[in-house]
Amino acid sequence: MLDSLIQGLLLGGYYAMLAAGLSLMFGVAKFINLAHGDLAILGAYLVLFGVDQLGFSPWLAVLLSLPVMALLGWLLQKFLFTRTQAAGFLLPLLVTFGLGAVLQNGLFGVFGSDTRSLANYIGDLSWDSWQITDELSVGKLPVTTFAIAILVLSGLQLMLSFTRLGRAIRATASDPEAAELNGINSHAVHRSVAAIAMVLTALAGSLLAMRAQITPYDGPMQLIFAFEAVVIGGIGSLWGTLVGGIVLGISQSLGATLISSQWFQLTGHLVFLAVLSVRFYGTIAHQRGGWWMLIKQLAGPMTGWLSQGSIKAKATKTRIKNG
Amino acid sequence: MKQFSRETPERFTTERWYQVGRPALLIGVLLLVVLATVPFWSSGLVVDKLTTLFVYILLAVMWNLLAGYAGLVSVGQQAFFGLGAYFALRLVEMGMSPYPAFFVGALGCAVIALFISVFALKFKDGEFAIAMWVTAEVIRILVMFDPIVQGETGTSLLAMNQYEPEFRRNSNFWFGLVAMAGMLGLVLWLINSRIGAAAQAIRDDEEAANSVGIRVMRVRQIIFVVAAFGCALAGAIWLASAVTFQPRTYFGVQWTVFMLFMVLVGGLKTFEGPIIGAIVFFLLQEFLGVYGVWYLAGLGVVAILFALCVPNGIWGELEQRRGLRLLPTGVMLKLQTKD
Repeated sequence: MLDSLIQGLLLGGYYAMLAAGLSLMFGVAKFINLAHGDLAILGAYLVLFGVDQLGFSPWLAVLLSLPVMALLGWLLQKFLFTRTQAAGFLLPLLVTFGLGAVLQNGLFGVFGSDTRSLANYIGDLSWDSWQITDELSVGKLPVTTFAIAILVLSGLQLMLSFTRLGRAIRATASDPEAAELNGINSHAVHRSVAAIAMVLTALAGSLLAMRAQITPYDGPMQLIFAFEAVVIGGIGSLWGTLVGGIVLGISQSLGATLISSQWFQLTGHLVFLAVLSVRFYGTIAHQRGGWWMLIKQLAGPMTGWLSQGSIKAKATKTRIKNG
Repeated sequence: MKQFSRETPERFTTERWYQVGRPALLIGVLLLVVLATVPFWSSGLVVDKLTTLFVYILLAVMWNLLAGYAGLVSVGQQAFFGLGAYFALRLVEMGMSPYPAFFVGALGCAVIALFISVFALKFKDGEFAIAMWVTAEVIRILVMFDPIVQGETGTSLLAMNQYEPEFRRNSNFWFGLVAMAGMLGLVLWLINSRIGAAAQAIRDDEEAANSVGIRVMRVRQIIFVVAAFGCALAGAIWLASAVTFQPRTYFGVQWTVFMLFMVLVGGLKTFEGPIIGAIVFFLLQEFLGVYGVWYLAGLGVVAILFALCVPNGIWGELEQRRGLRLLPTGVMLKLQTKD
């Protein structure tokens, strides 16, 4: 139980990093990139290519892959995403979904269908663990992943808070037109954001490839996990994304240990759907004067003879209070 | 008021879709009748291929109804495709004979879709797209729990073996034809009805539509359920011809990739476009399918190029450039100048 909680927590770090890029692009450019997971897998394959074909050490390959992915993000934003953003919400979805199909099948065409992993290249990091108590041990790789995620997210937060680019990003996110009036080129900001997002995503993909076996068709699942983490944590906040990732990781891990391994994904999905529903009904409940009032009203026909008058009066009062 | 009447001397006539579309409609019905006789004078291969084409057309038209007319981009329609096949399988297992089971299974999917719509339609745009994808995943995992599906392994619709191959092929063909023709008719009626007009109004501006008294949620629900029903029928027809059922294939996201490709290439927001897109896709599949993944990657590239450069698709472009109108929607106002 405690073991799976810790596993879930550490897994959450990975999800947070995976989701950060998605969250950033959605927060700043209102752009949902359905090829996000496939880009993470592309990053992982890039590292595998560096290690396999060019003979780099794994961490060097990861470092080298990041600028490549940043450039790719910049180019995608400049030549593809910008053109779609001008034309409403439909086009970005269609184009990024198509891009995902291109990436999956292209990767399959180049690298074949074999499952691949970086685990063989990183030595004992992939299996070694620290013994905490007699029964409890934590893997070195999950801890490293979590630490990297925290470091990267903190760095990103600092960058957003204190640098010139960070201010420009925040300004564009809150009001693109006002930002333009103040001399910020919002297109340039979007390109930088896409580049940063791609670095985060590629790093996440590489960490996934160290931990697990990957295939070219793993992207969609990663997109779903990333999206779940973003939504659970609340859109537009980096630390929210971390919380969302951890909640997702813990629910998956608990589902897998407490029920059965098939429930790993299912519990994650169910928690996600539950959070969505609670948030949705929460809005209604707020409008009607809180959860208790909502339940009372929904159960109105049954309890109506008890206290209908007072509920109505209360509901009206709250409605007036909320405007 | 007087000023107005003086300045609008033109008389106008209205032209409704069935007046413009009568010849096209007639040709369409004739074509369907001719198609119905195909099994009598053609080879089994042609019958099989045409059945596949019917499934593609059905899927494309359903996705266009959802994305094109109602503005609901779902990347989770494979949920209903797979569920339609699964329900058919389950019903046959419970002793129903296959063809009624396909229909009843699709109806079951429509009911499930009604429940899903209650929460899924709360989301906007991209969130709706991914929420549907998650829904499809949840349904796939749940289906895989069923012992008759045997997890990843899948199962077969063995009841189909009770029929002669010849009879089975022709029945699938006719079932597919009737399903396709029925859904085409339903969609044509729907998009020309008040519901279709309301759906398009919501797509273009939800708040404005709401403010003139359109019941946004109800209209979207109707479109969503119809689209789910059509996809479920398509899944059942696919199961009837393929016989085997593997959850990963039937619930695979590639079905949505195909739908997207067909609709984008043919023409989003037109009735004829998806049909043309499905035929293009079918031909590509026939001639280039052997190139495997590179062909699939190429489909993605073509879809992107169409979305960026030819957003109206083949049919939309033809319509605009040549003024072609086969089955237009809505009412055209024709002004007549006095001279």
